[in-house]
Amino acid sequence: MSLASHVTDAMERPPAAPRPWTGARIAGAIFLAVWVLIGLTLIIYLVNRWNPELFSNYAPKYMQGLWVTVQLVVISMIIGSLLSIPIAYGRMSRNPIASSLAYAYVYFFRGTPLLAQTFLIYYGLGSFRPELEALGLWTFLREAWYCGILAFSLNTAAYQAEILRGAIQSIPKGQWEGAAALGLPTWLTMRKIIAPQALIVALRPYGNELILMIKGSAIVSIITVYDLMGETRRAFSRSFDFQTYIWAAIIYLTIVELLRHIIDWIERKITKHLIR
Amino acid sequence: MLELLSWGPNGWLDEIMSGVFVTVSLALATLPVGLALGFLIALAKQSSEPNLRIAGNVYTTIFRGLPELLTLFLIYFGVALPLFTYLFPDGGDQFTSFVAGMVALAFVFSSYASEVFLSAFRAIPRGQYEGGYAVGLSHGRTMRLIVLPQLIRIALPGLTNLWLILLKDTSLVSAIGLADILRETSIAARVSKSPFLFFGFACLIYLVLAVISSVGIGGIERWTNRREATR
Repeated sequence: MSLASHVTDAMERPPAAPRPWTGARIAGAIFLAVWVLIGLTLIIYLVNRWNPELFSNYAPKYMQGLWVTVQLVVISMIIGSLLSIPIAYGRMSRNPIASSLAYAYVYFFRGTPLLAQTFLIYYGLGSFRPELEALGLWTFLREAWYCGILAFSLNTAAYQAEILRGAIQSIPKGQWEGAAALGLPTWLTMRKIIAPQALIVALRPYGNELILMIKGSAIVSIITVYDLMGETRRAFSRSFDFQTYIWAAIIYLTIVELLRHIIDWIERKITKHLIR
Repeated sequence: MLELLSWGPNGWLDEIMSGVFVTVSLALATLPVGLALGFLIALAKQSSEPNLRIAGNVYTTIFRGLPELLTLFLIYFGVALPLFTYLFPDGGDQFTSFVAGMVALAFVFSSYASEVFLSAFRAIPRGQYEGGYAVGLSHGRTMRLIVLPQLIRIALPGLTNLWLILLKDTSLVSAIGLADILRETSIAARVSKSPFLFFGFACLIYLVLAVISSVGIGGIERWTNRREATR
């Protein structure tokens, strides 16, 4: 046994300095207590109001609604990402007609509420019924579901076009010039050099857009699509039990938090080489 | 078509304009509440006190994670409607919707605004505070005279975005019966049976509001940057 460890064992440490009750500490304790109280109240409320009949009636419906929400978001995101490519191309193009058209598209869909766009498509396209019937599109656009997908796809296309453009333009010009100096054709430069770098920049905005779409998808319940929100509204209007909304909130929060952590995890994975 | 969009008994412009007034006043009423709340939450989140940080983060997690429509319904059906029907048994349903909308939008706005303020706080170097203390300013005055003017300048682009989002989110209150732009145009569309015209007009109004906001905010931006140019 060495002398040093012997000495430290025998020494008495001074007690930790007392933490004073500053204003911030009191406020922190109060606010945290408020959250704990709200959480406990919610749990007690849900336990007290536990109704097996309500649960067995509506739990499968909620799951169906959740599935509708997921389908709506995934389909719209995919269609939107396909649409966003020509729009982003138009935004970056030097052709004044293409760039102003793309700009107008993006400005319209980002400047107006999604709900108004959905109404415009769902109710507004009814004004063109004869023309749409002639085109054979009316059977689709009569349905709230297809109108919802159309509205959401067009909306997210505008946002995704901006994400794409921002990501591509964030890559320094030297990368293009380097590839050109090596004699790579444009599409190969895009695929092998620009896209992998732009993806890292675009990941977080894409993730945010996905979360915004999941949250935004709740508004299709207003045009009578029975997504998670739609099922919730139906359950509430039949049972007048407020816990229907609480359950929906828990489901939405869980999904969004889960996605947020997955996106964080992916970002850590793909930026490993950038951390020094 | 022009007659439908005219002023007077045959047209719907007067109804729609009252909707514009409701939308704009709702957004303007929400803004100061949301900004103040967001600033306080940003202060909590950058505090050295762990409990305060956790409390602030819980707030942001909840109100950024819930769909805006669900937040609105939770507050409307859970709090505002029972409370206001108890307080004012006769009438006042527009008032109830307005307050519920304002509270819900302020919660959503403040949770995003707190993140904007937080990143602005982080952009201000520690030396700015130290400089303030070195010339003998108190903590409050350092905040007010040195940090805040820079904070506003840094946070302004983010807050501009949030204001435009707020303006669009007000359309959701039409779902709880407030007579805003979208609700008035919905009624007009249903009665006159020309939905495309009226919903297109509603979109146009929102665009005009966004353009007006951009011009106004441009003015504020020039005002906050007035010292930058002379440096």
